[in-house]
Amino acid sequence: MITLAHFLTLGAVLFCIAVAGIFINRKNVITLLMAIELMLLAVNTNFVAFSRYLGDPSGQVFVFFILTVAAAESAIGLAILVVLFRNRATINVTEIDSMKG
Amino acid sequence: MSFQLICFYAFAAVTVAAALTVISVRNPVHAALSLVLTFFSTACTWLLADAEFLAIALVLVYVGAVMVLFLFVVMMLDLDLDPLREGFVRALPVGLAVAVLMLVEMLALIGVRTMQLAPPADPAAAAGLSNTAWLATALFSQFLLPFEVAALILTVAIIAAIPLTLRRRAGLKTQDPSRQVRVAARDRVRIVKMAAEKPAPQPETPAP
Repeated sequence: MITLAHFLTLGAVLFCIAVAGIFINRKNVITLLMAIELMLLAVNTNFVAFSRYLGDPSGQVFVFFILTVAAAESAIGLAILVVLFRNRATINVTEIDSMKG
Repeated sequence: MSFQLICFYAFAAVTVAAALTVISVRNPVHAALSLVLTFFSTACTWLLADAEFLAIALVLVYVGAVMVLFLFVVMMLDLDLDPLREGFVRALPVGLAVAVLMLVEMLALIGVRTMQLAPPADPAAAAGLSNTAWLATALFSQFLLPFEVAALILTVAIIAAIPLTLRRRAGLKTQDPSRQVRVAARDRVRIVKMAAEKPAPQPETPAP
């Protein structure tokens, strides 16, 4: 019998892995984007679990919208990344500091 | 332990292992492929929660579209990986400490012991519908306006991605269709009347 706690724990573990990924890969924009995708996945897992255990379709509808917005976000993010690499020839976050005071 | 629970533990273990690979490998291509595995096994756990439509949508949208886009971009960029990796070991203890602390807090908040809810009967099956029909009933009645807005967001994203990556190179020879259509014959050819400069040649007499 799979309980609600199983899904919530899986979501929490995924989210914490993503947070650790953001901390330890601070220089690589591509890995940062992937960590954000992992966070969204963790949140979606929670939504699906709550929707199932409360018997409410709103949670799954919300996951649908999160998937939509995440797809748009990664398309725009990767486009910005390509332009950034073309102009600066680097994706290292520490070298992108031209607006630093 | 039921068969479903064994399956859940297997898929969850694969998910966590693949997610750990995503944040720790050196090569971004390997990280993207591990992320694909993470999405696949998460879709399997969603199937165990009777969310069939979203599980298939996750595989189609994420694995089929978003991750392919990621792989395209990663392979197009000629990355120098060494400067991106420096600071990895230094940030590792901090990152691990923050993540473990957050995990402990979240688990305390969830209250693993108290959340041992037995799953109720599948609400979609109780309503006599499939999961897709159950979801669509809510989506196209109660959430119709957000659905339209989501379509608008996707359109804006598609259109915005094109001018962002469009590049106008100097010295590139291209056609301008509007100028091609607007051109008239008199812009191209000019007919000039003028007197002949030289008399017409005499017909040659055959040699005797």
